[in-house]
Amino acid sequence: MFADATMLARIQFGLTIAFHYLFPPLTIGLGVVMVMTEGAYIVTRDKLWEITAKYWTRLFAATFAMGVATGIVMEFQFGTNWSTYSRFVGDVFGSALAAEGVFAFFLESGFLAVLVFGWDRVSPAVHFLSTLMVSLGSMFSAVWIVVANSWQQTPAGYHVVRDGNGWRAEITDFWAMVFNPSSVPRLTHTLIGCFILGAFFVMSITAWYLLKKRHEEFARRSFKVALVFGAVASLAQLFVGHDHAKQVAATQPAKLAAYEGLYKTPEGGAPLSLIGWPNEKAQRLDYAVEIPGMLSFLVHGDTKTPVPGLDQFKPEDRPPVVVPFLAYHAMIALGMGFIGLSLLGLFLWWRGTLFQHRWLLWVYVFAVLGAYAANQLGWIAAEVGRQPWSVYGLLRTADSVSKSVKAGEILASIIMFTIVYALLFAVWIYVMNSKIQHGPDTDETHPDKTSLDGLMEAAGSLGGHRHSMTEVSDGKDS
Amino acid sequence: MDLNLFWYLMIGVLLTGYAILDGFDLGVGTLHLFTRTDEERRLSMNSIGPVWDGNEVWLVTAGGALFAAFPHAYATAFSGFYLAFMLLLCALIFRAVALEFRSKRPSKGWRQSWDVAFFASSTLSALLFGVAVGNMIQGIPIGADKEYAGGFWNLLTPYPLLVGVFNVSMFAMHGSIYLYLKTEGELQERVRQWFYKAFAIFVVLYVVVSCVTVWRLPSATVNFREFPWLTGVVVLNVLAVANIPRAIYLGLPGRALVTSSLTIAALVLLFGVALFPNLIVSSMGPEYNLTAYNAASSQRTLWIMRNIAFIGLPFVLTYTVAIYWIFRGKVKLTPTSY
Repeated sequence: MFADATMLARIQFGLTIAFHYLFPPLTIGLGVVMVMTEGAYIVTRDKLWEITAKYWTRLFAATFAMGVATGIVMEFQFGTNWSTYSRFVGDVFGSALAAEGVFAFFLESGFLAVLVFGWDRVSPAVHFLSTLMVSLGSMFSAVWIVVANSWQQTPAGYHVVRDGNGWRAEITDFWAMVFNPSSVPRLTHTLIGCFILGAFFVMSITAWYLLKKRHEEFARRSFKVALVFGAVASLAQLFVGHDHAKQVAATQPAKLAAYEGLYKTPEGGAPLSLIGWPNEKAQRLDYAVEIPGMLSFLVHGDTKTPVPGLDQFKPEDRPPVVVPFLAYHAMIALGMGFIGLSLLGLFLWWRGTLFQHRWLLWVYVFAVLGAYAANQLGWIAAEVGRQPWSVYGLLRTADSVSKSVKAGEILASIIMFTIVYALLFAVWIYVMNSKIQHGPDTDETHPDKTSLDGLMEAAGSLGGHRHSMTEVSDGKDS
Repeated sequence: MDLNLFWYLMIGVLLTGYAILDGFDLGVGTLHLFTRTDEERRLSMNSIGPVWDGNEVWLVTAGGALFAAFPHAYATAFSGFYLAFMLLLCALIFRAVALEFRSKRPSKGWRQSWDVAFFASSTLSALLFGVAVGNMIQGIPIGADKEYAGGFWNLLTPYPLLVGVFNVSMFAMHGSIYLYLKTEGELQERVRQWFYKAFAIFVVLYVVVSCVTVWRLPSATVNFREFPWLTGVVVLNVLAVANIPRAIYLGLPGRALVTSSLTIAALVLLFGVALFPNLIVSSMGPEYNLTAYNAASSQRTLWIMRNIAFIGLPFVLTYTVAIYWIFRGKVKLTPTSY
């Protein structure tokens, strides 16, 4: 299996995209938090809001740099590993990528400079404008890349023509390409997924501060902002996600069948399986717990209309089931968890006991991992569910790879990326951790002053204040 | 002007923007290890701090534009230069991360490792860009299937390596002028010494590369015989090169930077003229060349993208100018610095 260049290219793509996707959803989500907190500062001129905005901007900047660095890989990889695909889709896909560069990347990178380095160089209003533009820019890049991905899932506004020795898709209608059937549902679903991650990230860190009794006023304030944001986003996701699934049922029925583990088309209405384990060999769902007729109800609005199973498709056109089924179900379970957690938080806030349950704060500390998992799982389900196609119904994944690249070269680059990314990940975690340990620049002193730890930390943060907000200067300077 | 020619020029403009802007910050990276103290290293990194990310976007956009306008050239070059591109990606990642994380910890070992990474990745990137240009001029084995038929080592022949080293020297020279502009005092005085050294190496290599190109690669000069007025660009280029040390000598680093930018622009233009109408020259026969016509997207796509470019570029230029304006003046270490 590992000598197969197609499989290696897929592994490499999966590895690099999954790693890249650790960063953009967090920056998109945190961007909104930055806009809200800095906006509050502009309106109220409350010092604590300014400190809050600066703190989240620092974590944002360290993450953004990672997103840029790993993002270049993605753009180049279409050409390096998938050159046959690039020749096929260039006419359609390229314009979305070019628009992303012109409209989004320049916007982000330009205003990011002001956002990070410009606190003392521009007025608060101009700085706020930069924050807004960076946040918008990060969403614009999501727009264009999701449009390009959606076109692969549900091609529209194109025709296929002969091109030299091969074929290619050419645009016939730009706006039909941009607003292809899955663009809008996928984009809203993706962005809201990013918002949920941003909200749970903020809740995780502030819950930890509250547990450690540090920066408590700051932490309570940020936590509440994020809780409201997370609750709105999680609830909205319920409807948007449902809408997206209905679109999949209409445009990619084989993918829906894989999501639902529907091997055989049932007589009458199709059941919704809550849990189960796909058995590829026997072509059935083991240990299934099902609600009869529910899938038909969700897709068509009545419990009787049939939903096609995988047996309606030619064997060579069927997607694998295990991975999409598990990823899709885990994502939905996590999504329900986010709704439950954020509604519980709102309820306790109303009762006035939100920050009194230590066990719940610990749950919030770790819930961010669930939000991360949900974002990754959603894409895994969407991309594996599209197989065996790279462009749905038009170009098979196996026919998309670069003809001049040998399996050994791909293997070498996979090894390189694994090492580089493992290192990068360690560095990112390390830097994020030291920023979180350092905390916001509130004047609160450590409550545990008598212990050695407290003294060290107080000394460290003093050094940090004198020289820099983001770093503790080296011994020589101080 | 037909759309194919428009996009050929447009990609040239994007690459020129990239070479001028990222040129100086890659050059700063190459010179980075010559600084002495930790403060000097932070000054060197912070001189490009607010701008390097935006500069790199020119490359990303040029790549996107190549993909969209000339998918065959993009597919052939990126898959053909596979390992070279992987190395480049590795270098660009390390560079971004070195800048971002170097000053985050006080430890000496931490900072020195990132300093070396910053130097090595900047220099390797400049070298690889030059090697790519050299291979483009020299031609690479491409057959009727538009696929690259060589291997990684076929790319590292003497001429491309020579162009690679030349590019490193040019960016180092360009970067030293930028640093001269952004620094002051004793460090600035030493930067001036680096400039003269880098400039001397650049001039020697400039002459060598020009001679080798004219003698050994006759295909590169075809367009100049056809359009003799193009030799005017060469003359202007030489004058621009001569003006750089003059401006530094007169203490006008801003003017020196503009002149070295013009030098780079002229070289990219000459490179484009040497290639046109080809994007990739095949060493297996001119009928296999990938040109602005046989490698292009459909007319409709080129037209749509031209509209996107017309709407977007004014914004891009506005941001670029605004950022350089906001961060004008000598570099100072502030609480938000790297």
